[in-house]
Amino acid sequence: MAKKPRIKTPATAKQGEVFQVKTIVSHKMETGRRKDKKTGTNIPRNILNRMEVTYNDRSVFAAHMEPGISANPYVSFYIKATESGEIVFKWTEDSGAVITETRKITVK
Amino acid sequence: MAHLSFKPGITRRRLLGVAGTGVASLAGAALTGGTARATPDDVQGEINKIVGGPAARVDNDKVKMKLPQIAENGRTVPVTVTVDSPQTDKDYVKRIHLLAEGNPVPVVAVFDLSPLSGKAEISARIRLAKTQNVVAAAEMNNGDVFIGKKSVKVTIGGCGG
Repeated sequence: MAKKPRIKTPATAKQGEVFQVKTIVSHKMETGRRKDKKTGTNIPRNILNRMEVTYNDRSVFAAHMEPGISANPYVSFYIKATESGEIVFKWTEDSGAVITETRKITVK
Repeated sequence: MAHLSFKPGITRRRLLGVAGTGVASLAGAALTGGTARATPDDVQGEINKIVGGPAARVDNDKVKMKLPQIAENGRTVPVTVTVDSPQTDKDYVKRIHLLAEGNPVPVVAVFDLSPLSGKAEISARIRLAKTQNVVAAAEMNNGDVFIGKKSVKVTIGGCGG
């Protein structure tokens, strides 16, 4: 299972400011096409296939990911600051495992 | 293959050269035949699914793609897609589809944006199996689709192993 994701969001933002959000998760993103050298069989696919971001419970960004996304998936996007609150990040792995992280933001 | 004759223009060296390229192209055909890869047609098929027809056009001003011209390592290629849009409630980019013409799976990722995004720009790092075109299809809230396309030279492929 993946380690704790690294997320970069500002702690404070001005009303109406558009800020960048950077995220990276340590994850092998096994494509399912790599061969196990000992057995010669393909290592089963196991990637983070979905990422969802909500800002005070409103969906602001989501990503559907295929094996074409590199290992340790880095994804960056933008959010417009409208109100103070929480930004919740959620990743779902092929196995069904879920990683969630929360970041607080204060809007002045 | 080269036609054997004793015309003065054909030297031994030139003949060997022609034969050489013939062998190389045969070997190339055998290689591409053996591995399942997406083709530009597959990517067009995906775009047709998004648009519901082949109506979308390439507009590299509307959909700007930032990618290295030469990617030394296909395992991780940084890509940034910026769509020219005010991203307001009335006019915004709903989805950005990222596609690769030469990868085993043509769809790389689909990003859902919203008016809360403020700016229609995404970045990610992708795998590229070989030298190919990377395509971004931006789906607007009114159904319009704009396509951005950029070719990337890949030195070492980054899929499977």
